Amino acid sequence: MNTTMLKAGSRLERILRSGRPVVTAELGPPKSADTDLIRRKAGYLRGVVDAANITDNQTAIVRMSSIGAALIAMQEGLEPVIQITCRDRNRLAVQSDVLGAYALGIRNVLCLTGDHQKFGNHPAAKNVFDMDSIQLVAMLRAMRDEKVFACGDEIRNSKKAPVVEPRMFIGAAANPFGDPFPFRVARLAKKVNAGADFIQTQCIYDMKRFRQWMQQVCDRGLHERVYILAGITPLKSLRMAEHMRDNVAGLTVPEEIIERLRGAENAAEEGERIAVEQIQELLQIPGVHGVHIMAIESEHIVPDLLKKAGLLPRPVVADPLHDAVTSGPEMLRDSVSGVAENRNRAAQPVG
Amino acid sequence: MIVAEQKPFEDIYSYAKRHRRVLLLGCGTCVTVCMAGGEKEVGILASLVRLAARERNDDITVDEHTITRQCDAEFFDETTARKAADAEAVISMGCGVGVQFCAQRFPDKIVYPALNTKFYGATIEQGVWAERCAGCGECVLADFGGICPVARCSKSLLNGPCGGSQDGRCEVDPERVECAWQLIYERMEAMGRLEELEKIQPFKDWSQHRDGGPRTITREEVRL
Repeated sequence: MNTTMLKAGSRLERILRSGRPVVTAELGPPKSADTDLIRRKAGYLRGVVDAANITDNQTAIVRMSSIGAALIAMQEGLEPVIQITCRDRNRLAVQSDVLGAYALGIRNVLCLTGDHQKFGNHPAAKNVFDMDSIQLVAMLRAMRDEKVFACGDEIRNSKKAPVVEPRMFIGAAANPFGDPFPFRVARLAKKVNAGADFIQTQCIYDMKRFRQWMQQVCDRGLHERVYILAGITPLKSLRMAEHMRDNVAGLTVPEEIIERLRGAENAAEEGERIAVEQIQELLQIPGVHGVHIMAIESEHIVPDLLKKAGLLPRPVVADPLHDAVTSGPEMLRDSVSGVAENRNRAAQPVG
Repeated sequence: MIVAEQKPFEDIYSYAKRHRRVLLLGCGTCVTVCMAGGEKEVGILASLVRLAARERNDDITVDEHTITRQCDAEFFDETTARKAADAEAVISMGCGVGVQFCAQRFPDKIVYPALNTKFYGATIEQGVWAERCAGCGECVLADFGGICPVARCSKSLLNGPCGGSQDGRCEVDPERVECAWQLIYERMEAMGRLEELEKIQPFKDWSQHRDGGPRTITREEVRL
């Protein structure tokens, strides 16, 4: 991890490299062509998180494309992590999208298998799964480091043209709570070996099992090869906690948390308190490099949550976003430089 | 075998109703074993159509016949040809292959499917059938302890289970579907082969699957 060259040069990569705890958060695109919602959500997260994950038709419900929403988020001063699932696109479509995303200044990507379409609003759709998330990670790594497409062709327009490869900072997910548990760390190792630079985990409630998993991660030395961001989803109500416990496969919510919410006068506030405690506890666990907040359709609570967790203000790094798009389209360049000024106002410098 | 199940009765009846005389043609191979379109099922379905026709005052005569295999030209004998010639239409109780063979053998007849062809599978217990092979064209079973992730994982994952595996079940249908990766893991563990699962499986060549277009196999040494 201590090579001097940055792989993609994103803000996320730079802050992770600096060794400071990183904060990312999820931003769900709208279920329409409405841009205001993205701008509003971006407003909550700007200057508060180091990068924002723009989900890709999460839970198999159609939403604005991750790249489209990411571009708007960038105009609003956020650095995006675009999520890419294997459910909807084959290797041609993904590579093409990654070229497009890179050309637009996007530098981070999270590679996911994708929720099955059965759970979404188009259960009769055909799924793709041309590849799995590990093959997707390997493909993006080869595009960046070997400068070749999945077919082996060099990433250039012709033999005489220069190679212009998409240099992405590559993320993958990990679910320490799915079964078979002993294979979970092996699967993480496969993602790291395939080329994952960072990991964002499933949301964590069962701290004991997460610690067990992290112990296995450290025993294998994986924490020295990949940055791990621990997933947090603040609970808004007792009902939400019970729903998570009963209906979401690969997720456990301990009885202790259910009891706290049941006994609370204000469950949402208690949920936030629990999340703050979890963040603080997670950041103490060896091998955890930061947290990833998935406040589903509640992005507005993220600033307060992070403030209480003592994670504000965020560090300021050299402006990779601006550097990245200086050779990009005129319109984008202008909008992004405007944004850079806003961001510098919003975030407070450290050190 | 190829596993199929009968279409809803009203769908089949709506085909029959378009004609005054239909031949219900069964198949004696896979669909007999999976109890969807053999001689016995032909008899039951024919009776049901006749009964419904009587109740609804529809003029439909149903003839019944079952041959050994609908996907093999040699079993379409003279009796079958004559019965088909007597009918206005043929309702095939074979799989999709059988229906197409019928259509080819009886070019002047409308041929309807009575079954929905589902998968290549096996009888798990009396009355329960499950998918076991996806016909991907390039068998990977050697790497996965004899359990196919292409056919039996809901997402055809080759590098391990997704997050939707819990207590050995697949989140897509926990009641009915086992997590293929739980099975693979347990089998490889029992055989002391877990290390093999750490190997990154590269892209699968889907051109060997139907994605490469309809497939044919030609073997010169057995051609006549």
